[in-house]
Amino acid sequence: MTDLRDHAAEIHEQFEDRVDGLTVDEIEERLDTLVNEYRVPLEEATRSVESTYLEKAGMDREELGGRGGNETVEVGTIDEDEQWIDVRAKVVELWEPRSESIAQVGLLGDESGTVKFVAFETSDLPELEEGTVYALGNVVTDEYEGRYSVKLNRTTSITELDEEIEVGDGAVEVTGALVDIQSGSGLIKRCPEEGCTRVLQNGRCSEHGEVEGEFDLRIKGVLDDGNGIHEVIFGETATEELTGISLDEAKEMAMDALDTTVVADEMRGKVLGRYYRVTGPELGRYVLADEVEELTGAVDAEATLIRARSI
Amino acid sequence: MSSNAIPTRKVARRVFAGEFNDAGYTFKESDDERAPIYLLLPTGARANRVFVVGTLTEKEDIGEDSEYWRGRVVDPTGTFFVYAGQYQPDAAAMLRDLEPPAYVAIVGKPRTYEPEDSEEGDVLVSLRPESITVVDTDTRDRWVVETAERTLDRIEAFDEEGNEYARMARERYGGRVETYRDRVIEALESLEDGDSGGAEPDADAVDAV
Repeated sequence: MTDLRDHAAEIHEQFEDRVDGLTVDEIEERLDTLVNEYRVPLEEATRSVESTYLEKAGMDREELGGRGGNETVEVGTIDEDEQWIDVRAKVVELWEPRSESIAQVGLLGDESGTVKFVAFETSDLPELEEGTVYALGNVVTDEYEGRYSVKLNRTTSITELDEEIEVGDGAVEVTGALVDIQSGSGLIKRCPEEGCTRVLQNGRCSEHGEVEGEFDLRIKGVLDDGNGIHEVIFGETATEELTGISLDEAKEMAMDALDTTVVADEMRGKVLGRYYRVTGPELGRYVLADEVEELTGAVDAEATLIRARSI
Repeated sequence: MSSNAIPTRKVARRVFAGEFNDAGYTFKESDDERAPIYLLLPTGARANRVFVVGTLTEKEDIGEDSEYWRGRVVDPTGTFFVYAGQYQPDAAAMLRDLEPPAYVAIVGKPRTYEPEDSEEGDVLVSLRPESITVVDTDTRDRWVVETAERTLDRIEAFDEEGNEYARMARERYGGRVETYRDRVIEALESLEDGDSGGAEPDADAVDAV
């Protein structure tokens, strides 16, 4: 029963100042009933007992803080919603908050990559400074359309650290055959409205309606290694590197043909079915190609032959 | 874990012609009319899409009213039969324009066909291309090694517990995966010999036409 006793003591510590006459025995008894009589898992039982006292004390669960300390997580590895974690990270950038309820918003980074953070006005936290490294205790992860962020809250502990962090770009390397170029590739037009850059569909921006678009080059492609696929976005520079077609040449081709789709068709012929290695950060379901290398040259069949003969 | 709202694109399997043409069984995994069709590979995997690189050795327009192109694409173990008509305009145009022999890379979907006059179980397997592009020798050799690796992956996993597709393959095809190990070795040896022209199609593949 020592396990229950430990948990009871932990809960007791969190509530002793707020609930009069609270004893470890009482908490242990509640836990014992739930765990041993009603077969409730310990974690769920702890939560239930906490809820009882939160109500008595008139507190929010947020105020509890992480029980017994959280795991310190590298920001680039965050891949789950609603996890209470600690991070050790540098404030890479601060952005302009778009809402009055937001005190600070920006980018945190460590060796593994970067993650967006948000601090709300109601949490009443000290301000973070750009370029400074902090230990942030008890932040909670959030997910929106496959992208993760962390939210600071009133229980978050902020400790300035006197150290430097080399922030990684979170780049991944993917290889495979380019098996598809998706629609929306080739010579495209983007909305010229400030800060918009949406790709136009039939001359229309989904936000700003009919606009005089600006030409750009892009490829949305699929790299496939026979085990799985990676969707990759090649921006103007990477697209030119990949296809040898510059923006000016693409515009010329489209003018000659009176049709922009000839550009994507030409690109398909040049790149489909060839093998590439692409390096770049992940954005949602896409890898943004920073570096592109075609895999050419002789391949060594010897190792595979040895493997085959040993089966 | 990113959100999975968009149906995920199916991986393109790597399979040699010698194994592809032995696979006659296709299936769906749901009753939905639009559910993907899979070809069951004899080494125990499902293939909704394949990626092949080989030598286009012959092409012929076999259409009656409209163009319908058939191409023979040879790898070190056999021949892929590729069919493209009006619903694959880009691929059909490629077959029309290409002069064999040429190295081509094809992304496509497996299709099966049982001729009316055939004996029972005699199923022809072909490839309906999504794209055909011309590639070089290095790309072709890279594909041979990669396809060898993926085939060996499947062979090694064949006897693993819970390998559902291996169980199906054993039921449908008998599970003699050593055959495909031997073909992998042949394919790799053909590279070592400095052969870059594609080997002779095997007898079975020729008979299947």
